[in-house]
Amino acid sequence: METAVEFKHVTKAFGEVQAVREISFTIERGKLVTLLGPSGCGKTTTLRLIAGLEMVTEGKVFIGGKEVTRLSASDRDVSMVFQSYALFPHMTVMQNVSYGLTMSRLSKKEVSEKALEGLDLVGLTGYGGRLPSELSGGQQQRVAVARALVLEPEVLLFDEPLSNLDAKLRRRVREEIRELQQKLGLTTIYVTHDQEEALAVSDRIIVMNEAVIAQEGTPHQLYEDPVNLFVSNFIGDANLVKAEILRIDGDEAEVDIGGIKLKLPHRGISPGKVSVAIRPQSISLNGSAKKGKISATILKASYLGEHVEYSVECSLGELFVVDNQMETQIDPGSSVFIDFRTRGLCLIPES
Amino acid sequence: MNSPVLAPENSSSFPETLIKSNFSLKLWLIIAWAGFLILPWYAAYDGFWSFIWLTDGYPTFDEYSPGILQITMHQRWWLWPVALSLLVPLPALFLPRTDARHAAALLLGGGFGFGYMLFQGFVLGLHGWGWDFLGDLFGPTTLSQFGLGYGALLVCGGFLFIFTQGLAARGAIKGDIFVSGTIGLSIAMVTAFVFYPVGKILINSLKNDEGDYDFSLFLEKISSNNIWSLACLNSELNCGVAWNSLWMGVLVGVATTVLGLAFALLVTRTRMHAKGFVRTASLLPIITPPFVIGLALILLFGRAGAVNAFLEWAFDITPTRWIYGLTGILVAQILAFTPIAFLVLIGVVEGVSPSMEEAAQTLRASHWQTFWTVSLPLMRPGLANAFLLGFIESLADFGNPLILGGNYEVLSTQIFFAIAGAQGDLGMAAVLAIVLLMFTLSAFYAQRRWLGKNSYATVTGKGDSGIHVRLPKRVAWGAYLTAMPFIVLSLVVYGMILFGGFVETWGYKHNFTFKHYIDEFSIHWSEQYGIIWDGAAWNSFWTTLQISAISAPLTAGLGLLIAYILVRQKFWGKDVFEFLTMLSFAVPGTVIGVGYILAFNVPPIEITGTGVILVVCFIFRNMPTGIRAGVAAMSQLDPSLDEASLTLGARSFTTLRRVLLPLLRPAIIAALVFSFVRAMTAISAVIFLVSADYDMATSYILGRVEFGDYGLAIAYSSVLILVMLGAIALIQLAVGKRELGRRDSEALTI
Repeated sequence: METAVEFKHVTKAFGEVQAVREISFTIERGKLVTLLGPSGCGKTTTLRLIAGLEMVTEGKVFIGGKEVTRLSASDRDVSMVFQSYALFPHMTVMQNVSYGLTMSRLSKKEVSEKALEGLDLVGLTGYGGRLPSELSGGQQQRVAVARALVLEPEVLLFDEPLSNLDAKLRRRVREEIRELQQKLGLTTIYVTHDQEEALAVSDRIIVMNEAVIAQEGTPHQLYEDPVNLFVSNFIGDANLVKAEILRIDGDEAEVDIGGIKLKLPHRGISPGKVSVAIRPQSISLNGSAKKGKISATILKASYLGEHVEYSVECSLGELFVVDNQMETQIDPGSSVFIDFRTRGLCLIPES
Repeated sequence: MNSPVLAPENSSSFPETLIKSNFSLKLWLIIAWAGFLILPWYAAYDGFWSFIWLTDGYPTFDEYSPGILQITMHQRWWLWPVALSLLVPLPALFLPRTDARHAAALLLGGGFGFGYMLFQGFVLGLHGWGWDFLGDLFGPTTLSQFGLGYGALLVCGGFLFIFTQGLAARGAIKGDIFVSGTIGLSIAMVTAFVFYPVGKILINSLKNDEGDYDFSLFLEKISSNNIWSLACLNSELNCGVAWNSLWMGVLVGVATTVLGLAFALLVTRTRMHAKGFVRTASLLPIITPPFVIGLALILLFGRAGAVNAFLEWAFDITPTRWIYGLTGILVAQILAFTPIAFLVLIGVVEGVSPSMEEAAQTLRASHWQTFWTVSLPLMRPGLANAFLLGFIESLADFGNPLILGGNYEVLSTQIFFAIAGAQGDLGMAAVLAIVLLMFTLSAFYAQRRWLGKNSYATVTGKGDSGIHVRLPKRVAWGAYLTAMPFIVLSLVVYGMILFGGFVETWGYKHNFTFKHYIDEFSIHWSEQYGIIWDGAAWNSFWTTLQISAISAPLTAGLGLLIAYILVRQKFWGKDVFEFLTMLSFAVPGTVIGVGYILAFNVPPIEITGTGVILVVCFIFRNMPTGIRAGVAAMSQLDPSLDEASLTLGARSFTTLRRVLLPLLRPAIIAALVFSFVRAMTAISAVIFLVSADYDMATSYILGRVEFGDYGLAIAYSSVLILVMLGAIALIQLAVGKRELGRRDSEALTI
């Protein structure tokens, strides 16, 4: 596989503040990689460094195997879809989509053909004559996508594309983007703070926190095997509890969590005190002592339609529990007994 | 796939690298070489636009030879380094941009060439040494040279842009040639046409009549009683000129701010009728030459004035000269400068977020308390801004104090008299100019420092969709009472301006006549020559139109270009650059006038007595207005539009041209209109720069006023105003409306 984008020890500083600190990664051709993280983690800065809208303070950037560190945005083979779409308000849809093509040495006929193809691709055939102000938000976004696509760039960048859309529309649009990307085989880099979105569309995810990369991997790897508390809490939710590894048995460790003994992959951690990340869905609440092991009291219960969320107080601390089985709904104040399911627990190295 | 053209990492074959190298670099090298080899090096005495040289001895005649022949044929051997500097950048054509030697060649050739051009221009002038101490050092010389002409200018320009391209190749300003070139050009021009003249004044003030430096004389002059005495506080004598000016400026600043605020409040917050009328009427004084208002006041309140005559006839009150003196100046300046305060304050008043006022009300504040404790404090920066603007405009005003001042002397008029009066004391004029400059620069600095970066754009607060609170009763009444007399007086004054020209002679013969218009603007048709413009005013009229029409697009263009850089580009030293470009606003017209006389009367830049000096003066006086309009407009455009254009492969110049400018049409119109109007109505610098060939309307009118031809002066003024209104309409049509497909928003009907 060829690399489409490579960062080597890139740092970006704005005066005293380091927005991005010594990050290195490679992105393979044809893959959709998401930069995920909370506000201020450096993901948007990284995207802009790829685009050439910011210049690195240190390090090197490679696109398609060639070094582009000192090249400005107009010289790189990268297209970007902006969060605000940035459609030129004084140009029609057709003129917007053709804009980049008119910079190259194509004939007018070729420009127009490619632009029309682009519009077809995003499902806006026939909208060429309209002005951006005459389109809905979703349509504007598709024009922005078409405008970036027609240049057949080496890398396509998306800056939080779904943030301006309503919840129902987001699912549909993210699936359309993914379909388009796979159909055209485009290398795509996607920035978002919504981890569900990231899990749904990505081939790989790079999780960033405070200007560095926290973890990089497939959605599965990140969800099942987070390397630290931050990642485990960012991808899905996690309750962090104290536990103890009693002994190692091959790949697995026998772990004592508040009295309940389980076997979990030990992940290179030696016996002794350890933290365990437990997914809310992996805690079961039972009425009777026979099934459950640790006693607890319900503090809060919220009915959310497809599941119920509980806040539960026990010897391990306050736990956040999600129950999508809903055999019975338990009232706050009741006593329950909690047990852990087989999936969804993960040892976290003490850092 | 269409990949962009990247500079090749390794040099490929010779012709390939030549073809791929920068278009800009080739362009400027060709221009520079053309300037050296083909065009006349020195300025022709017959003016910038005359082409006599083509037929009259070019290229061998000494005055018209191009640079290469100056060296070989006319023994001007000091130009050799110029030729050398033109050769140094040539290797850069064959080196890729990423090669360090490419940048080095450009920086060396361009930098040294430009520096040397300036150096040799100053060292050797018309009569030998340009600097006296060189004469003391080396003895007299018979060498001489004239001012810079087309050839020299093109070579200078070429060197400058080659140098900036070298900087860009080194990575400065993100490697953008266009931006670095524009910054270089702006700095060079501002230095040449703002700092150099002002610097000359400073130097000149330190010299005595013989031309030697005399520091003690300077100290004596600058602390003289004439300037600083406080005698008027406790006696009948006049105070020093500096105190007079200061006092006048403060009064006008306060008055215009209060009135401007009153109008702004009335227009935005009350149910006053005819608001549209007030808005448009408030702009009228802007297109009126300031001293015309003074003139109208004389016609009304002067000894032979209409009102005084009426009072004498009706109530037997003897007319006095009460209008002459501080009172008159104040009235005229307040009438003239309140619209500026209004324009600033209306943005401020509208920018106060309605939700803040609504919040105050839900917290049980009455209308008055809300206004006093919430709205007014929020407007404070704007009020301070308006005050400082009024202060600076008042100090810089020349026309009104001249005709209405009487015994009240102020700095701007004193500077004029020091040069044009019997004394002819250039040193004294320079000293006074320094004092005046100190005042305006302090005010300007105060405005920038305390009011922060918002001194440019009017508050562009994104409107919350709240509704402004109605004014508390006390304030509304106060506003009405302040505004009404002003409106009445304005109407009367403008009535006078429009109709005063139809009266034969004020004070004596009050019959209706067209005489003044005929005298000034008559046209005859002759069989032999066609149209004959034989009215006395046509000469100055056409000159003024011509010069204003030339300078307006240049001013607006340069202003918008600089606004683009200020708003969209980040680079080291940007704050300083911003300060420098706005500085010319703080330099009063009289000071600029004196400075230009001192600086541009001799080589290297010899342009006094030509139209060029007028155009240049207007460009740099009015550039801040263009910049301000451009900055305000561009700040409202989302930067992601620029970025989208960049990622789609366009460079800054294309982005500016295809994305930003079409969206900036209103700003372009505003910049053009302001530049044109200010050029047409300028007087304080113009009065020093007019010549026999280039007489400007304002100077001509002022001359008539000194003669006592008031009717004629007013007739001409009214024609000027009508012409400007016509020009504004034309500009609106020509530049056109921008199409965004937005529906027209309905005006607030509250």
